[in-house]
Amino acid sequence: MKHVVLGLLALGDRHGYDVKRQYEARFPAAKPLAAAQVYATLERLERDGLVAQGGVDRAGGPDRTSYTATPAGRAELHRWLSEVEPPLPYVGAALLTKVTLAVLVADDAAAAGYLRRQRAAHLDRMRELTRLKSDPASSLAWVLAADYALNHLDADLQWIDTAMIRTADLSKEMRP
Amino acid sequence: MSRASQLPAPATAATISARGIVKSYGATPALREVSFRAEPGEIVAITGPSGSGKSTLLLCLAGILQPEAGEVWFAGRRIDDAGEEARSRMRRTVFGVLFQFGQLVAELTAAENVALPLLLSGARRREALAVARTGLDRVGVADLADVHPSQMSGGQAQRVAMARALVTRPDVLFADEPTGALDSLAGEQVLTELTRAARQGGTTVLLVTHEARVAAYADRELSLRDGVVDGPAHEVEYGPGR
Repeated sequence: MKHVVLGLLALGDRHGYDVKRQYEARFPAAKPLAAAQVYATLERLERDGLVAQGGVDRAGGPDRTSYTATPAGRAELHRWLSEVEPPLPYVGAALLTKVTLAVLVADDAAAAGYLRRQRAAHLDRMRELTRLKSDPASSLAWVLAADYALNHLDADLQWIDTAMIRTADLSKEMRP
Repeated sequence: MSRASQLPAPATAATISARGIVKSYGATPALREVSFRAEPGEIVAITGPSGSGKSTLLLCLAGILQPEAGEVWFAGRRIDDAGEEARSRMRRTVFGVLFQFGQLVAELTAAENVALPLLLSGARRREALAVARTGLDRVGVADLADVHPSQMSGGQAQRVAMARALVTRPDVLFADEPTGALDSLAGEQVLTELTRAARQGGTTVLLVTHEARVAAYADRELSLRDGVVDGPAHEVEYGPGR
């Protein structure tokens, strides 16, 4: 959260509500931010010297304090951007857990049925995302978010297809 | 009475349907009593792993292969038992066909390639070329009209092939892995244009693919496995443990 706020302030000075609005415009597929979360983050960043108050905007409403990223804040943002995101060390997705348990406590047909329904649900979501990104009115931010989600759903689907083929073998191994 | 004739009667209009289709390659069964129906204007992805029978089903529906048993109906008429000439005429008029690659005639320009189905059906050259240019424009490659295939990228060539498949305003377009040889962005452009043009023209599209991201462009999926439909009818509900 801290780096997202720093990143948005690196684009220009903003007050808290504007940070929230910008976040929603740049990451349209993400869960919306609570205003309180933004203000709490700004307070912490200010305490750590990563942002500073830039002035007060009094135009047509309540006073709004705008914030600016300090040189230390920009340096911290660039350090974070240069860091590689480590691949997750443990595989613990609900999908895998459910299929493993379905094979253990039910039977091959039930596990295959679950996989088929899950496949249909994934494909439904992929259709929605494909429609969204094919719409000429969609912004680049939406297209990027849809691409990201589609690639992950596609990877899940490929795993589901392989799992459907492997289910029988898996069941023999788990219940000798 | 054959099993196929016990199945529900196919709808008319430009509905295409298969009833109890059986097809083998030598001793190897490819399709085992497959039934399927696409409504006019629907985009249906035919999916499944390699060897599941998806391309064979497409070829049977398009009249390129003849099934050993079962029936294929289009617009209220049975077409699988029509002669080769009649089936070939359908592919030049009411059907369009798009494969993975190797479809354009190297000696002809894009416009001449697209005009080909019209010329084969007896249209005048000047009119056919004018329609072809409009068709190229519709899929976003108007600037390639005078270019030969050897000077096009894979994505451009596939869009020209798509314009040719759509130039007769077919009722049904059969597409077999149309983006299989393209990188993901070029494939995406072809699929976006293909589905947009099909929806505008009310064309039914049967799209064979093994990729979920391609199937996601369709309205629904027909999944095949080992020559049979792998769908809800075969699904076993999750029950109590044993």
